[in-house]
Amino acid sequence: MSLEQFLAVLIDGIIYSAWLFVAAIGLTLIYGVMKIVNVTHGSFYALGAYAAASITGALLARGMPPALSYAVLLGSALLVTLIVAPLIERGILRFMYVKDEVVILLITYALFLILEDAIKLVWGVNPYFIAEPYGLLGSFDVFDLTYPYYNLILVGVAIVCGVGLAWMLNHTRTGKLLVAVIHDTEVSRAMGINVDRMYLFTFTFGSLLAAIGGAFTAPTVSVVPGLGVEVIVLSFAVVVIGGLGSLPGAALGAVIVGLVRSATVHYLPQAELFVIYLVMAMVLAFRPRGLFSIAEARKI
Amino acid sequence: MTTIKKAVAAAVVAALVPAYAAAQGTPAPGEAPLKIGVVSFLSGAAAGPFGVPARNAAEITIEMLNAAKVPAPYATKGFGGAALQMQLVDEAGSTTTQVTEFRNMVQRDNVDIVIGYISSGSCLAIAPVAEELKKLTVFFDCGTPRIFEDKSYKYVFRTASTATMDSVGAAFYVRDTMKAKVKSIAGVNQNYAWGQDSWTDFEASMKQVSPGVKVASSQMPKLFAGQYNAEISTILGAKADVVHSSFWDGDLEAFILQAGPRGLFKRSTVILTTGETAMYKLADHIPDGVVIGARGPYGPYAPDNELNKWFSKTFADRYNVPPNYAAYQMTQAILGTKAAWEKAQAANGGKRPSTEQVIAAFERLNFESPAGKVEMAIGAGHQAITETAYGVAKKVKGKMTVANVKRYPATMVNPPDGVKSSDWIANGFKK
Repeated sequence: MSLEQFLAVLIDGIIYSAWLFVAAIGLTLIYGVMKIVNVTHGSFYALGAYAAASITGALLARGMPPALSYAVLLGSALLVTLIVAPLIERGILRFMYVKDEVVILLITYALFLILEDAIKLVWGVNPYFIAEPYGLLGSFDVFDLTYPYYNLILVGVAIVCGVGLAWMLNHTRTGKLLVAVIHDTEVSRAMGINVDRMYLFTFTFGSLLAAIGGAFTAPTVSVVPGLGVEVIVLSFAVVVIGGLGSLPGAALGAVIVGLVRSATVHYLPQAELFVIYLVMAMVLAFRPRGLFSIAEARKI
Repeated sequence: MTTIKKAVAAAVVAALVPAYAAAQGTPAPGEAPLKIGVVSFLSGAAAGPFGVPARNAAEITIEMLNAAKVPAPYATKGFGGAALQMQLVDEAGSTTTQVTEFRNMVQRDNVDIVIGYISSGSCLAIAPVAEELKKLTVFFDCGTPRIFEDKSYKYVFRTASTATMDSVGAAFYVRDTMKAKVKSIAGVNQNYAWGQDSWTDFEASMKQVSPGVKVASSQMPKLFAGQYNAEISTILGAKADVVHSSFWDGDLEAFILQAGPRGLFKRSTVILTTGETAMYKLADHIPDGVVIGARGPYGPYAPDNELNKWFSKTFADRYNVPPNYAAYQMTQAILGTKAAWEKAQAANGGKRPSTEQVIAAFERLNFESPAGKVEMAIGAGHQAITETAYGVAKKVKGKMTVANVKRYPATMVNPPDGVKSSDWIANGFKK
């Protein structure tokens, strides 16, 4: 194992972890606050990617300077989330909170299927791509390997999202209210917190994080139907490893999965397909609720 | 009755009998339209690069055939004068869904012929059902060699070569353009039947063509993974001379977009066996020198014959893009079926042939398509072989073209009848 290969594993692992983290924190936030397993998460990732690819592509074709494309990526994610997420939460999910967790899971799954087809209706079945943001910043070399600087942006977005979310939860009023709701919804409601508004905020914010993940991934891939499916499966694996509802858990889960997968690709490519699930199984065997599961008071 | 009344009655009966007989007799060709079930991906990942172009090709070919506007030897209307009606079915969904749709087409909707199927999984599942329901089924695109190598079918035909041809052709192209310089190879293929078979055949062919060649790395990421940074890093580190990939659609585009800025195309000769579907759209990201495959003599490798001139112009005029290999293969399937149908009809004295008669005409048939000559030569006469061609991408005045094209005749890149592809390659491509 040469130094060059080891560094490659590390860099690839960190890039993949950053991508996983951005894709997964929205999911863990929504579960932590609302206690729903949100399968629509993948759809918002796909929506973010499609919106970013089509809007940025259209603006670039009209002569927008490529340097602005990064802001447009963020803006597209914001736009599409602010339109769709409140509609879903206020229009459908609001009436379902009283129901069983499994029923809510099925409802979010149904919404995911509907949104998948809605995406095909709006954007068609052909792939979209916008390559300018990816190559614009140039690349750097690590020994013999070349990496575009864009990957560092992805890592940056992950750090900003993670730190930002942690700061918000611990140092802002809304954040502290959210933490209260995370611990116990009934008592929070009894204390006078407007839990419905917290739910709306959480769902929108969690979905926004997913859309941002999709938007910033869009320049590196070809945006195709079915983009969201891959992400849901991986996000769930990461979140389950880290503990549903835990932010540091999601970070640690992402780092573990990213590094393990990267090492497998380099040294044992045949195992790459299932190594993530192997890690998940091993973690769950010893800590069934994940690495950083939140201690819950026993209820009856 | 009086004599006159008897005579009138006899005359009326005499006049009516021929009319009655004509109404009862075998319908002359051209009376009842033929229902053709066309199956292609209309949604899902495979729709964009393959399914929709194939659907478009079916639409326009059937329309032109019904208007008798196709050049010789396909100038008659429809199939032997009978108009064609297309019933379109989406190939998306599981193979169970596809089998159900097939049964619906045959038993509920009474289609006469089924032409379709892109996914090897679909083809493997549908073939036995077609045999059971005794319905003539023509596969137009799916690549797995296993269909006619593992079993034999009477009612199933495939009018395009198998994926073996793509891998063997690629190896021959490497041999003819790189000679002694290939010491190691690497692969990036999707981890399912198509990707695995493509890589296995390519690796085996390269071992025959360049004995002693080493496999530096074989990456098999999940289908639709989309993120290939780690795979690209590994292959860059492996420093292989040739990199083979059978990626398609979104995965191919993502791979090209990610590998380019990282210098993979400069470091190794990269072969994209389905590259033709992305070569125009991603022209700015594919540098000169990348080896482009079209799964046969399609697209930029199609010959300059009358049929191709007609097809490429008609398709491009209607759909604003040149036809890609999926479109060529669909038209090839329809025209091949027409050729078999009309041969059977001629042998049947001009009357509509039965399915069995069409099958007898289809077996070992040679026919012309916009891509050149097609011979139904292997798989006991049910599997087509065609020549293949590979070339490198080259931008001429800003337009994407192919250069350094090498063509390989059908018998050189396809196994002989009755021999399995893997055995044929292992035996050094013995004819």
